[in-house]
Amino acid sequence: MEVALAASAIVAVALLWEVMAPHLQRRSEARKARKQALAAGQIAPYDPGRERRAEARAKELLKSCVNEEEWEMYRDLGLIRVWGAENLDAELRGVPYAYLIYPHKPIVAYLPQTGRLLNEYCVEFPDESRPYGSTRLPDSDDVLAKWMALKGDERRLISSANMHLPGRQIDLKQIQRDIWRLGRWERERLERNRRTQSGAA
Amino acid sequence: MKFLRMRPGYGEQLIAEGDPNLLEDEQRLVDEFRKQLELGMWAAIPVQTDSGRREAEMVRDFKDVPRDAGRVIFFPRAAGGAA
Repeated sequence: MEVALAASAIVAVALLWEVMAPHLQRRSEARKARKQALAAGQIAPYDPGRERRAEARAKELLKSCVNEEEWEMYRDLGLIRVWGAENLDAELRGVPYAYLIYPHKPIVAYLPQTGRLLNEYCVEFPDESRPYGSTRLPDSDDVLAKWMALKGDERRLISSANMHLPGRQIDLKQIQRDIWRLGRWERERLERNRRTQSGAA
Repeated sequence: MKFLRMRPGYGEQLIAEGDPNLLEDEQRLVDEFRKQLELGMWAAIPVQTDSGRREAEMVRDFKDVPRDAGRVIFFPRAAGGAA
């Protein structure tokens, strides 16, 4: 019995090693490459304080550009819904559609009336000047870039993106949950505003 | 008029500022606008409609920037991600 258990344990460890070895090797190589780049002064070390300050500035910029409702949506839910203005899909025949904008995740197109998911648009705004070794904008800047591009030239942004079926990068359950949270958030906000107005009257 | 550029690790950076009604400032703004577009940036202007809604306009040429625009925001051109 003990021999069988020991043999099973050895096999399990060997299988686990087979699975994990490439991953561990990749991580080790990436760490080594990063160390070499740091030593050569090619990238500045990651500074969490700098990133936090950048994100704080980006949030202020976002707040100053989007509508109050959109800002509160982002603050409370971590996403912004933008209504589609173009008729990009002939199949929709004028049915209102909208996008969910997440930081550093694909834009999700859906039909708010039914909750039907349409597409995922994978798009990035890589800054190749890499001031601190990374091409990645702060989260709120990424959201603002998507918001401005969708508002300003929806067709151009969508044609720059890689289009996929929903669920490729963002879990379908998460999107459906977010749509449900958004609906509840809107109802509560409406109710709050109604109470404030009736209180003021 | 302020030119702001989104950058990793910074948030936005003020890259130019001037009054487009002054000839000298205007030329500086035109040059900086061109430079940013050549660097692969897109340019957008936050605007407010008559109904008070905030929107954005994308601009490809300095002459399309309204004289009274307070800010022009530059951000990296979109690229398809995670193919």
